[in-house]
Amino acid sequence: MPSPPSTTAVARRGPLDGQRLPGGASFTLGLAPAAARFILRGDAAARTAAGAAFGVALPARLGPAGSGAARAALWLGPDEWLLVGEGEPPADLERGLVAALSMHPHSLVDVSQRQIGLDLAGPLAARALNAGCPLDLRDQAFPVGMASRTLFAKSEIVLWRRGALRYHVEVGRSFAQYVVNHLDEAARRAPPL
Amino acid sequence: MLLIRCPYCDMARPELEFRYGGQAHVARPADPATLDDAAWGEFLYVRSNPRGVAAERWRHAAGCGRFFNCLRDTVSDRILATYPAGAPAPDPAAPASGSGR
Repeated sequence: MPSPPSTTAVARRGPLDGQRLPGGASFTLGLAPAAARFILRGDAAARTAAGAAFGVALPARLGPAGSGAARAALWLGPDEWLLVGEGEPPADLERGLVAALSMHPHSLVDVSQRQIGLDLAGPLAARALNAGCPLDLRDQAFPVGMASRTLFAKSEIVLWRRGALRYHVEVGRSFAQYVVNHLDEAARRAPPL
Repeated sequence: MLLIRCPYCDMARPELEFRYGGQAHVARPADPATLDDAAWGEFLYVRSNPRGVAAERWRHAAGCGRFFNCLRDTVSDRILATYPAGAPAPDPAAPASGSGR
């Protein structure tokens, strides 16, 4: 009879373990810190209640993301938001939101492990993104603070402009390697500024 | 690439983010049980295929995820107007609110 499997804890692997991440003067790509992430769907009353519990007001329309010290609320659709709490255990965030939303019809889904955050910075970041993302990323169309769900090549992403030269990209973990390689290649092959 | 104004995002967005959803304003018969097979088949399968302005459903699939309606000229591929699902079709001769190019 074979011996029972050992119960040694298995280390969690990230989708980009062992991946060389681009880093240079004009473009750097790093992993954003681990975060609790939730998708909230609900009406205007749920939006207000969730904003009060979350500490950051949820935006009512496409535009700047609501953001606090380590929390952010990104508008994805007329009744859909992505809530990000950097460095927080999902369970704590969930408890507060569930209590605040108990009187409102809503759906709250923990997607902390579904997607990862990428931190893009540098003067070539917008150009690298535009190699796969068809949005107009100039200041008048996509000002600092703006967040939107969109496409990067074949992958759906959430793009959030956190600074003049800094972008945050939320991507499904199974697409992460593809997106990182694509961005790396685009930045390396971009003509000099 | 077409730029399509999503009425929910209220922003002109690239065509790649959208999916076509067929003819708009196809109303489900109020009492399907009274219909004969021909009339039911007509509702299910028969669609107009105009040369000119057509009302169509589109979905902002890689954006806000919403279905909306759109008036598109099938000859020039110009989008004349976009409006939320459930709203009546605007007059195609009125000034355009959808930004097609």
